[in-house]
Amino acid sequence: MGFIIDATLIAFLALIAIAALRRKQLFGMVMLSGAFSLVAATLFVVLDAVDVAFTEAAVGAGISTVLALATLSLVPAEEKPHSIAIVPAVLALATGLLLSVAVSDLPEFGAADAPIHNHVAPEFIIGSEEKIGVPNVVTSVLASYRGYDTLGETVVVFTAAIAVLLIIGGWTRRETEITESTEDDHAG
Amino acid sequence: MQDDPVIRVIAKVLIPTMMLFALYVQFHGDYGPGGGFQAGVIFAAAFILNATVFGFNRGRHVWPARLNLMAITLGVLLYGGTGVATMVLGENFLSYNALSDDPIAGQHLGILLVEFGVGLTVAAVMVALFFAFAGRVSHVRLLNKTRAHEKAQAEAKGTAND
Repeated sequence: MGFIIDATLIAFLALIAIAALRRKQLFGMVMLSGAFSLVAATLFVVLDAVDVAFTEAAVGAGISTVLALATLSLVPAEEKPHSIAIVPAVLALATGLLLSVAVSDLPEFGAADAPIHNHVAPEFIIGSEEKIGVPNVVTSVLASYRGYDTLGETVVVFTAAIAVLLIIGGWTRRETEITESTEDDHAG
Repeated sequence: MQDDPVIRVIAKVLIPTMMLFALYVQFHGDYGPGGGFQAGVIFAAAFILNATVFGFNRGRHVWPARLNLMAITLGVLLYGGTGVATMVLGENFLSYNALSDDPIAGQHLGILLVEFGVGLTVAAVMVALFFAFAGRVSHVRLLNKTRAHEKAQAEAKGTAND
């Protein structure tokens, strides 16, 4: 049963990705990328990573789509015609091939003796209950054990927003000039 | 979209529900899935829905640009400030145990504060980005209008000189 669900979801992901690549209209592409995120979120739920699924659904399918749609109103409706780029295509295929070969070296999914489950994870799982008293281990790792990383992430979000606002936020001299000149038109 | 009564009514029901759900995700993150990032995005979605349905200006009126910038900074300051507070109380940076006599209560308080900081920054950033893009549209339209007007004026001047 689990295999059928996984296979269906991954097939959906591949189909959506191919459909998005073959589209010329940017609107359709944005919608398909939102659908891709939603299916990916479902896949995370199947993997029991509900926090990641939540983020993927809210950020990937929700806000990213809205921001992309807002961008669409500034650009032409269709993609520019272009030929297939050979070098990037070969590089992407080669990387994909290498990764699929590497998958065979991974420990079995969910195996209790996998190295990743025996390093710091037991300490986090026990400590989350005893030292922090938070039932959701993801929250205790994110906010307490790895508080530095989350501070870094927040600063990244902050910095990115400041950069975007400086570029297109509208706090420019040119805008005041335009507003004044149009106001003059109405007066005249 | 302001003229469609169906969209208006549904938006008015949805917006407060979304905000309430965002607060639930924010403060229930200790016990269920969720936390600052997700809550911030959901909270921002409520403001974005408001701006899409009721128009850019009314949306901006609810959350003015200055307040928006302050919220972005305040979230990061709250997070960093919690770390500095633990240092002042004699522990390492972001060691929440120092925030209370009971280490577990201190951890709870610390997690609550930093998650709220994350939520505040993420929500404000998302709203700011949306308004930056949406405002850009009117900016570009204004730019084109001005250029067309300048061109027309220059042409009128040319014919007058002839």
